[in-house]
Amino acid sequence: MFFLNHIWIIPLLPALGAALMFFFGRKLSKSAVNFFCVGAVVVAFVFSCFTVLQYTGWADAHNHQPFEKIVYTWLGSDTGHLGYTTASGGAADFHVDAGFFLDPLSAIWLLFVTGVGMLIHIYSIGYMAHEGGYYRFFGYMNLFMFSMLTLILGNNYILLFVGWEGVGLCSYLLIGFYFLKKSATNAANKAFIVNRIGDAGFILGIFTIAWYLGSVRFTQVNEVARSGIFHIGDPTLTLACLLLFVGACGKSAQVPLYVWLPDAMEGPTPVSALIHAATMVTAGVYMVARSNALFVLAPDAMKTVAIIGAVTAIFAASIGLVQNDIKRVLAYSTVSQLGYMFLALGVGAFAAGVFHVFTHAFFKALLFLGAGSVIHALSGEQDMRHMGALAHKIPTTFRTMLIATLAIAGIFPFAGFFSKDEILWQAWSSENGAFRALWYIAYATALMTAFYMFRLIYLTFWSPSRVEHEVEHHIHESPKSMTVPLIILAFFSLFAGFLGWPHSLKGSNRFEKFLEPVFAREAVESENTGKAVQLAPGKKEEEHSNPTEYLLMILSLGAAFAGWGLAKRSYGKATEGYREPIDRVAPPAYQVLYNKWYVDEAYDYLFTGRRKLGPFRLGAMGAGEAAWAFDANFVDGGVNGAGWTTRAIATLSVWWDKWIIDGLLVNGIAFVTRIASYPVRLIQWGLVQWYAFVMVAGILGFVLYYVFR
Amino acid sequence: MEITTLHYLVVAAALFIIGTIGVLTRRNVVIILMSIELILNAVNLNLVAFSRLYGLHGQVFSIFVITDAAAEAAVGLGILIAFFRNKETVNADEIDLLKF
Repeated sequence: MFFLNHIWIIPLLPALGAALMFFFGRKLSKSAVNFFCVGAVVVAFVFSCFTVLQYTGWADAHNHQPFEKIVYTWLGSDTGHLGYTTASGGAADFHVDAGFFLDPLSAIWLLFVTGVGMLIHIYSIGYMAHEGGYYRFFGYMNLFMFSMLTLILGNNYILLFVGWEGVGLCSYLLIGFYFLKKSATNAANKAFIVNRIGDAGFILGIFTIAWYLGSVRFTQVNEVARSGIFHIGDPTLTLACLLLFVGACGKSAQVPLYVWLPDAMEGPTPVSALIHAATMVTAGVYMVARSNALFVLAPDAMKTVAIIGAVTAIFAASIGLVQNDIKRVLAYSTVSQLGYMFLALGVGAFAAGVFHVFTHAFFKALLFLGAGSVIHALSGEQDMRHMGALAHKIPTTFRTMLIATLAIAGIFPFAGFFSKDEILWQAWSSENGAFRALWYIAYATALMTAFYMFRLIYLTFWSPSRVEHEVEHHIHESPKSMTVPLIILAFFSLFAGFLGWPHSLKGSNRFEKFLEPVFAREAVESENTGKAVQLAPGKKEEEHSNPTEYLLMILSLGAAFAGWGLAKRSYGKATEGYREPIDRVAPPAYQVLYNKWYVDEAYDYLFTGRRKLGPFRLGAMGAGEAAWAFDANFVDGGVNGAGWTTRAIATLSVWWDKWIIDGLLVNGIAFVTRIASYPVRLIQWGLVQWYAFVMVAGILGFVLYYVFR
Repeated sequence: MEITTLHYLVVAAALFIIGTIGVLTRRNVVIILMSIELILNAVNLNLVAFSRLYGLHGQVFSIFVITDAAAEAAVGLGILIAFFRNKETVNADEIDLLKF
């Protein structure tokens, strides 16, 4: 039990690494940075492996409950100091623990986040070797690992939110790592601001949950949600779920908030691999999967998730078809695959969605790291129009990337085949085919995925060389620290899928079985009360293989090979100045796709306020300015008008007071009195002695008068 | 030669006239106050002189007048000092605030 009881050490390790870099990083040598930062993540990974191992043993003995370890009370107290009234009128106590939580869902995230994180840290040693700010990079990366582990291991929504914001911050810092580049800082700002929109929704969702269910702790929320006191489709729960999904849309780059992720490729490539492909962007999937007990009670929210997921999948894939920047292709691919995951969650196949997260983490991280290796080999060239024929010059990179491509395209028996096929099957079969329309979208996306991935492979590795001459001399395979992680990830891209070998292929789907305790089956309405009763988690009925499932499997394999074939035909012999096939067939469509459906421009018109029509700003900012103008001219005009009128009246009153009252009456009387006083004043000298003299003279006069009379 | 009442009265009248002329002609308020003292003392001399003929009432009354003179001198000098602080002068010509 040592590892389980000390689970808090896992996030603490990278936190210490980050703190060390923050305070002393500047003075440390590169090898010291490697020792502390990479070492922290390696130890965290080993620790996580033992923890999960111990958890599986512990769970068998404890009826597959989640493991909770509360370190201390963070907010609130046991005596009800932060009491409030819930929606149902009951008393609740706002209480947040700094607590850790481990169940199969977080165990999966824990393993691949630390595992892939470790490999990417090792890779970064080679990739960042010649970059400035070495310690800063690793400090941020460790801070990211800390935040991500907090997000995964938190036992309540608030702690999850803390990690959520932490990874957002690290994403911002790392996208803007090359802060002297204007485009990088712009991209960082864009990512941060777009994420704020999602986070606003998320935190409102948390408030709604706290208010409606009376707790933010996962175990308690799930307990209340599964206790059968809510109707299916309860409007407040639907609202809460939709708000949570807004947050997921921001973090996991779903339509309409996906725009930040492609721009996030301005960051160093290991960052794109770790944060913007494998781990952080799956936080939204984690959060929705974590809230599955609420989502199954809100079918409308589930439908929204599924539709947004499917739309994102095909939308991003269509843009990815024609992009020329190798990292941007992968970025749109990530958005598209995230759409798949949400599609799976939305149709109720939580385990399938999580499985795709798991396999995707390996092959997408591998693709990004491979792209980084290609860029490294070509001294910074990212444009696929200037690549080609690299297969023999950087063989390790080529082979591993090919494996990842086969995996993402969904070719048997690579990892992506199993997870994607499971999602397609669930989209076809869930709710007796209610989501079948989405299957067609997902299927078309699978075709596109295969096409754009093999387009990348052909343009980069197989087609005739279009590399510039001075670059061509310097092409070299990457150092060991970069290729070894590639090989390990390639191994997992090949074999990770076997964990979810489906029943229909005589497998046991251990992955889904492992997750069963987390996900409830769909909610059923009780006949007596009309309220939702959820089957207890873990009671999943055995799946029966179905002939349609085999057909779908063959169809999706067909799509993958069709995409491969199309890419080979279009780009197999792409020489200097080749033309995109879509451009040849339908130039307008190519323009639309090449310009990313003009979404950024549309947002400029609608929201950012950069566009003007004459003197008038457009969009939301324009509306704001119009409101301001209305306020300034109309409302304030009224106010000022009232003020002006009062002032005019006051001026008149002042004039009357000054000239008539004061002037004519008061001063006039005084003036008249003053004029009248002049004759009198002539004898009023004011000199006391004169008065005394007059007095004496008078007395003398009287005396003389009476003496001589 | 015998000193008669008339002698006292002549001295008192002389003192009175000197005091009156002092009050009317001098510009220094201190000297004016001294002149007023002369006038009062002339009156005292009259009272004492007449008490020779009509009993002690005049002498008693002159004591009151001396007390009154002392009080008057104190009040007068107080006013003078207060005034000097404002105008830095003790010249009666310049004490003309009541003049228009």
